[in-house]
Amino acid sequence: MLDDFMVRAALAGIGVAIAAAPLGCFVVWRRMAYFGDATAHAAILGVALSLAFSMSVFIGAMAVALIMALTVNLLSGRGYAMDTLLGVLAHSALAFGLVAVSFLSGIRIDLMSYLFGDILAVSRGDLSVIWSGALLVVLLIGWRWSALLTSTLNEDLAYASEINPKREQLVLTVALAITVAVAIKVVGVLLIAALLIIPAAAARPLSRTPEGMAVAAGAIGMLSTVVGLRAAYVLDTPAGPSIVCVAALTFLASSMLKSALSARS
Amino acid sequence: MNLVNVEGLSVRYGARTVLSHVSLGVAKGEIVTIVGPNGSGKTSLLRAIIGAVKPAQGKVSRGADVKIGYVPQKLHIDETLPMTVTRFLNLPHSVTAQDIEAALTQAGVPNLSKSQLSQLSGGQFQRVLLARALIGNPDLLLLDEATQGLDQRGSASFYQQIEAVRQETGCAVLMISHELHVVMSASDRVICLNGHVCCEGTPAVVASAPEYRALFGTGTRGALALYQHDHDHNHDHAEAAE
Repeated sequence: MLDDFMVRAALAGIGVAIAAAPLGCFVVWRRMAYFGDATAHAAILGVALSLAFSMSVFIGAMAVALIMALTVNLLSGRGYAMDTLLGVLAHSALAFGLVAVSFLSGIRIDLMSYLFGDILAVSRGDLSVIWSGALLVVLLIGWRWSALLTSTLNEDLAYASEINPKREQLVLTVALAITVAVAIKVVGVLLIAALLIIPAAAARPLSRTPEGMAVAAGAIGMLSTVVGLRAAYVLDTPAGPSIVCVAALTFLASSMLKSALSARS
Repeated sequence: MNLVNVEGLSVRYGARTVLSHVSLGVAKGEIVTIVGPNGSGKTSLLRAIIGAVKPAQGKVSRGADVKIGYVPQKLHIDETLPMTVTRFLNLPHSVTAQDIEAALTQAGVPNLSKSQLSQLSGGQFQRVLLARALIGNPDLLLLDEATQGLDQRGSASFYQQIEAVRQETGCAVLMISHELHVVMSASDRVICLNGHVCCEGTPAVVASAPEYRALFGTGTRGALALYQHDHDHNHDHAEAAE
């Protein structure tokens, strides 16, 4: 069954969707949408470095994404607004990454696949990396769920319950770095943020509790993957963007459903 | 034995000192109100007590097993976060449905458990925050301007609720308020803060202290008189400080 590249692609996409769902919800709730972008852009530098030193791309991307995330954590609240800081770091990391890549000969074409991902080229080895990463992220977020949710509501409420919101933010940051590193091969840098945010945003009108929203986001992410891949196959369109397009249509549908429901009541 | 003791507490944000050498204690069952102008460090004091800011000097100690219920100044719930009242009251630890009903009833909003937080009115929201603080039967309630945004009737009834909760559960209350006239009448003790403790004592003592008058002027005295016995004349008992 795993011999079929379409099956491998679907499994890879589903793995990413599962990890991205709870994480995407936190990204949306905490208004850190650009954090996903920034981490993803930084990962390109990691890809370049790992190609230069012939390490595993996953390790390199993850290391740089982690460093980037920790830097943002450290620098936030020191005189720059968060979006400015993320803008500076994201674009400079991407630029340094692209410049670093130019020093390496013969891998220009590969780089494109990291910008846009190549879900159809996912190997069995990639699958095991993706699913281990996804499992790790889900376990991490599941373990810290209540504490993270309390910190997201209000930092002082968290302190009063003897939860350290700084530590919880670190957990979130690490989980985000893992997800980006895992997803980079599947949807690529430019579409990772989309896969984090769009399913979560589409799930919002359908949910009454945070847990419900995370589950709905997971379902929408998986649905988008399967339908998007099928559409890419039938219409001969690029796979990664097709998945994101389906997710975007789901978002449109759920927003319209919400307006219809609120108009009726 | 006090529930909470603050000894020689100083708090700094960068180079700015917001609190210097503040000492106070809250005993079992008493209602203590902190008043003070904007920027006087009231919120920083409460945040130091819950552990959200580290003291630059001095220390905050809690008695063993003292449970604190905290009602923050403002809680903005992002529109993107779906949250029912029940789910909110289950954070961070899940509690039984009976506990939730009991806390909501105590806070005066018994029928809201299934509502979305984002759809509550200001008064309902504050009461739900109070309910959350009451879960687990705290020994000490900390309230930071809990009636901000409520009209006068709303805040008066909110403070009556606090008083009722104290009667019922015997918990102590340490609260910050701007609404001097309402709060002073309901407090056992008032602490007037302006970076340091200016003066403290019973409401009557504080209201007539020169430090307090210097901060709040004499305008508030008119309002106070509505709620308090006139204390320009001498009572027979020792409470009259003038």
